[in-house]
Amino acid sequence: MEQAEARKSLVTRAPYGRRPEGQAAELRELGKVRMQTRSLSVHYGTAVGVHDVTLPIYNQQITALIGPSGCGKTTFLRALNRMHDQTRGARVTGQALLDGEDIYAPKIDPVIIRRRVGMVFQKPTPFPTMSIYDNVVAGLKLVGIRNTALLDEVVERALHQAALWDEVKDRLRNPGGSLSGGQQQRLSIARALAVEPEVLLMDEPTSSLDPQSTMRIEELMAELKTQVTIVIVTHNMQQASRISDHTAFFYVGDLVEFNPTRKMFTNPDEDRTEDYITGRFG
Amino acid sequence: MNLKRRHWRDRLMLGVLSAATVLVLIPLFIVIVYVVVQGIGALNGDFFTKELGSPARAQMGQETGLVHTILGTMVVDLLALLLAVPLGIGAGIMLSEYPDHRLNPLLRLLNDTLNGMPAILKGLLAFALIVKPMGTFSGFAGAVALAFVMLPIIARTTESALMIIPWSIREAGLALGLPRWRVVLSTIIPTARVGLMTGILIAFARAAGEAAPLLFTSFGNNYLPSHWSGWLLGPVDTLPQRLYSLAISPYKQWHEMGWAAGIILLSMVIVAFVIGRLAWSGSRVAKR
Repeated sequence: MEQAEARKSLVTRAPYGRRPEGQAAELRELGKVRMQTRSLSVHYGTAVGVHDVTLPIYNQQITALIGPSGCGKTTFLRALNRMHDQTRGARVTGQALLDGEDIYAPKIDPVIIRRRVGMVFQKPTPFPTMSIYDNVVAGLKLVGIRNTALLDEVVERALHQAALWDEVKDRLRNPGGSLSGGQQQRLSIARALAVEPEVLLMDEPTSSLDPQSTMRIEELMAELKTQVTIVIVTHNMQQASRISDHTAFFYVGDLVEFNPTRKMFTNPDEDRTEDYITGRFG
Repeated sequence: MNLKRRHWRDRLMLGVLSAATVLVLIPLFIVIVYVVVQGIGALNGDFFTKELGSPARAQMGQETGLVHTILGTMVVDLLALLLAVPLGIGAGIMLSEYPDHRLNPLLRLLNDTLNGMPAILKGLLAFALIVKPMGTFSGFAGAVALAFVMLPIIARTTESALMIIPWSIREAGLALGLPRWRVVLSTIIPTARVGLMTGILIAFARAAGEAAPLLFTSFGNNYLPSHWSGWLLGPVDTLPQRLYSLAISPYKQWHEMGWAAGIILLSMVIVAFVIGRLAWSGSRVAKR
């Protein structure tokens, strides 16, 4: 019990920094809007990657972003935790609100935003020199959390959540790179979960995985929904229809349609959406 | 038919590459053998324990050696490493990890200039910066001159060692809410450590063999300093510069000692490489 308290203070409160109270608590309720973009555009030099996207992301639900390659899904996703700050020549205009606060406001520290809005990439990215254990708690250890009991607990919880615990519990000190591709991806997910993000962005997390690992990660997302708000980019429309609550269809940098997934896949508003979903193009 | 030809070509190519390798290794082998054959006779106990003194000592068969040179080389080279490694790695990190920083064009220009500058000019630079104000030749001035030799090599190799680390590793770190400097320090540098070590060793090997920048900085000395501060603040003997002055001296005995100095210099570089490699691979195993 004491440990749980310690975790709360160290993991949840400290790294996340200031959070707006009151209004935010209300927003956090099930089904309320957690993030919201307003006329969000991403420019690469003079080219526009994503154009004028206004989209709500609902709390504790899964929002899927679908569309053909190069349509701006990933570009949009990366705008939600200020990953474009690191891309040379990329510029973001418009707003992206997290709990009602614009993450692109001048006074906002992108490091704190990325703490609250985690990300899992298309390819597994274990830190090559670190053990499985150290990979999972990298986000905690490297900001100075040294409490071994706490770290042990986080490792076990995060690896359980990522459905990897049973496979690696006896070799936590082995290098992260010694795992198979699917295991590495689940390790990357565990690492992202270890810092307890409020929103988790997943960029085609299962595209390099076999069907069994894919299934496990989909199950994982369904479980995580109760704690984390998830946005997932996927090429796999069956996946979008299986796991998501809302779906957004992107086409050449525009948001074509955003609707509850059930409606999107049975009776979409837009012809282009229907064409894409039924495989007439894309 | 076609397959047979391809197979034959493959064999031919392998043969050409092997021949080229051997061709590269032959001169190296000749140098090592020749140096060892010429110098081995002068390697005795005195060589490692006595100072050189005047040429008369060698000619009259009195005790003479290069202990002050061997120690002096270690002092000057290690001090040069101490100066050049943090600065060089820092510059390499700057160039690779903060490519858009305002200072980088200037840094790159300076580094390229320093890299292309003849070593003797670096000695002149250290002479103007250290020897003139201090009013004396010194081991410290020699170390500064050698640091100028090492600096651009370390910066360059650090930059390229960091550049080959996939960008995705950096993004993975940033996505955990880690600050940029922390990502570089704790994920990128450990991943690139073999490359960094190689750069440091190459820089060391290169600088350890330089005589020119030392001629008017550490200058040379036939004797051990009378006080320990003399290693830093007074003229200090170093192997390449001693090798040069032994070789141009008119004394047969000193020529042989010059060859022996060559053996020591070669061994120092080889030992440094072996230790560097072992230390690095050892640290990988030891890390849990």
